[in-house]
Amino acid sequence: MARASSPARLRLFRTTAFKLAAIYLAVFTIFAGFLIFYIAKNTTQIMTQQIRETVNTEVKGLARLYRNGGIVRLTHAIERLSRRPGASLYLVTDRSGEIIAGNISFVPSGILQDPNPELRTIPYRRLDEDREFDEHVAVARVFNLAGGYRVLVGRDLGERERFALVIRRALVLTVGLMVVLGLASWLFVSRRVLKRIDSVAVTSRRIMAGDLTGRLEVTGTGDEFDRLAESLNTMLGRIERLLTGLKEVSDNIAHDLKTPLTRMRNRVETALTKAGSEPEYRDALEATIEDADQLIRTFNALLMIARVEAGSSDAQFADVDAAGIAADVFELYEPLAEEAGVALNIDAPEKVPLAANRELLSQALANLVDNAIKYATEAEDGPSVAIAAARRDGSVVLSVSDNGPGIPAEDQGRVAERFVRLEESRSKPGAGLGLSLVSAVAHLHSGSLELSDNDPGLRAELILPADRGDTERFS
Amino acid sequence: MRGPPSPCLVIEDDTEAASYLVKALGEAGHVADHAADGESGYGMAAEGGYDVLVVDRMLPKRDGLSVIASLRAEGNTTPVLILSALGQVDDRVTGLRAGGDDYLPKPYAFSELLARVEVLARRTTPAEAQTVYQVGDLELDRLARMVKRNEQPIILQPREFRLLEYLMKYAGTVVTRTMLLENVWDYHFDPQTNVIDVHISRLRAKIDKEFDTPLLHTVRGAGYVLRADG
Repeated sequence: MARASSPARLRLFRTTAFKLAAIYLAVFTIFAGFLIFYIAKNTTQIMTQQIRETVNTEVKGLARLYRNGGIVRLTHAIERLSRRPGASLYLVTDRSGEIIAGNISFVPSGILQDPNPELRTIPYRRLDEDREFDEHVAVARVFNLAGGYRVLVGRDLGERERFALVIRRALVLTVGLMVVLGLASWLFVSRRVLKRIDSVAVTSRRIMAGDLTGRLEVTGTGDEFDRLAESLNTMLGRIERLLTGLKEVSDNIAHDLKTPLTRMRNRVETALTKAGSEPEYRDALEATIEDADQLIRTFNALLMIARVEAGSSDAQFADVDAAGIAADVFELYEPLAEEAGVALNIDAPEKVPLAANRELLSQALANLVDNAIKYATEAEDGPSVAIAAARRDGSVVLSVSDNGPGIPAEDQGRVAERFVRLEESRSKPGAGLGLSLVSAVAHLHSGSLELSDNDPGLRAELILPADRGDTERFS
Repeated sequence: MRGPPSPCLVIEDDTEAASYLVKALGEAGHVADHAADGESGYGMAAEGGYDVLVVDRMLPKRDGLSVIASLRAEGNTTPVLILSALGQVDDRVTGLRAGGDDYLPKPYAFSELLARVEVLARRTTPAEAQTVYQVGDLELDRLARMVKRNEQPIILQPREFRLLEYLMKYAGTVVTRTMLLENVWDYHFDPQTNVIDVHISRLRAKIDKEFDTPLLHTVRGAGYVLRADG
């Protein structure tokens, strides 16, 4: 048992909480010691001062009494004073050193022979206590009276000693209590912290083992551990999304690249096995190159999307005019639209400044326009596509609308995923990557791609924040 | 090792790709030398005498960009075409910043490479500063922004003017659709539909339609060429 628990105990000592507890304990012990020492010293001083004053006052009073009433009144007064509870110490001796009155049975012999106005600390025994060993300590003063009488007035130091004892006990108690409380709070904090840390460790081991769905526990107290857990969970979510995306890409590469590769291989094989004329070979080779080009295009698009989605930090952002970008894309596609019998219009009357990557934004817009023109040709009356760039509620909106068949509402979210091509569009060229690139570009610019019904047709909107928070991308 | 100066130097470590390139360039009339790594490539290029360098970005011993940067630092201005498997927009920018003149991502069509080499080779001949380009009876004044054919003024849209300007600058040389997209529109992506063809046919309608001899020709599988002699 001891062996099993010792690593756990060691772990407790290695915590930050332990170090903090030890430091606080030391600091507070020193502080308490200083405080108690200070109080004790000052109090003792004040008490000694008080004793001295009391003794001096009594000495003066007794001397006056002797002057006025002689030895008889003095002894009377001393007898009376001696019997009071908690009384001072008194002793009167005559010329020969015999005790006349007082409440002291023993003082060291030399004291009375050496009259000295100074206060001295002396051991003594009380008259009412006959046990020999019961000695006390007092401060006392001896003075001579005319006629050879000597009087000793003193005050017991027991009070002061008791006080000192109380202070010492207080010190021991305080420090002891502090150590106990400190240890207790350290244990409590360490166990709590260790428990949280352990849960983080368990979760991270689970994640390292490959289970990306693991998330750190959030207790809901909103403390620093919760905040840390929340931001780590956000990070884990992003990593999981990226990895899922990567997996989807590899799945899709397997599917969408293998098909044309197989087709290409078959074509070459057929051409080889069947002895043909030169033009036949030429046709087969040209078709093969076309297939290869299409493959390269798909591959490039995939790489591009992956790169844009990873939020490549070296994507160069600059101050651009969204209206200008729209106008350039319009200008690029206008002849194509005219040839396809589609009326291409643009509505970008004023400058729309934006921090963006011109190349990527142009490509995204070109993809949307390209798609729109393809679908608009299926419109029943007067195929048309409209490009617009405008500001709306603090965002820059680049929109492309067509009046083609549109996308059913239930599919609108799905089309931006990679390789998703709705059944009706399988017959059209393109690898189904256009919209996913647009969506990735929107995300890179901290914006979004929104599809809606243009009634009839599709309306695609690139909504980008006009004012990007992180300025470091401008560099 | 080196024979008489030849117009092209291919610095490429993939020997198969390199020998194909050297052979194909030779057949197209551009005698080419080959260097298989960055060190020897730099040595050969530094000796001078080449019209165009074709440099792969990733080379053994010394990478392509550092070879180019060293040559430029020594004042060697031989035009350089960078080949790269990376091919993204930002890689392109790095390549051009290092001193490259043009950038071609792998895999490429040979016709694309040839067209770019030919355009680069023409840069060494100082025909740049001309203000008036002339091909047959077609005349383009770059300063006055005027186009005339057989003394008849032709009205062009600004983009059509730039398209014609580029074609005339490299008259007699095949230019590809990608080159046009890059140089006339400043786009470096691949539009899904071939938008350039439509622009070309519009331009053709303006400069060739009413005249007997066509000047703007389509080269199958490669691109376009503006040429006076058929």
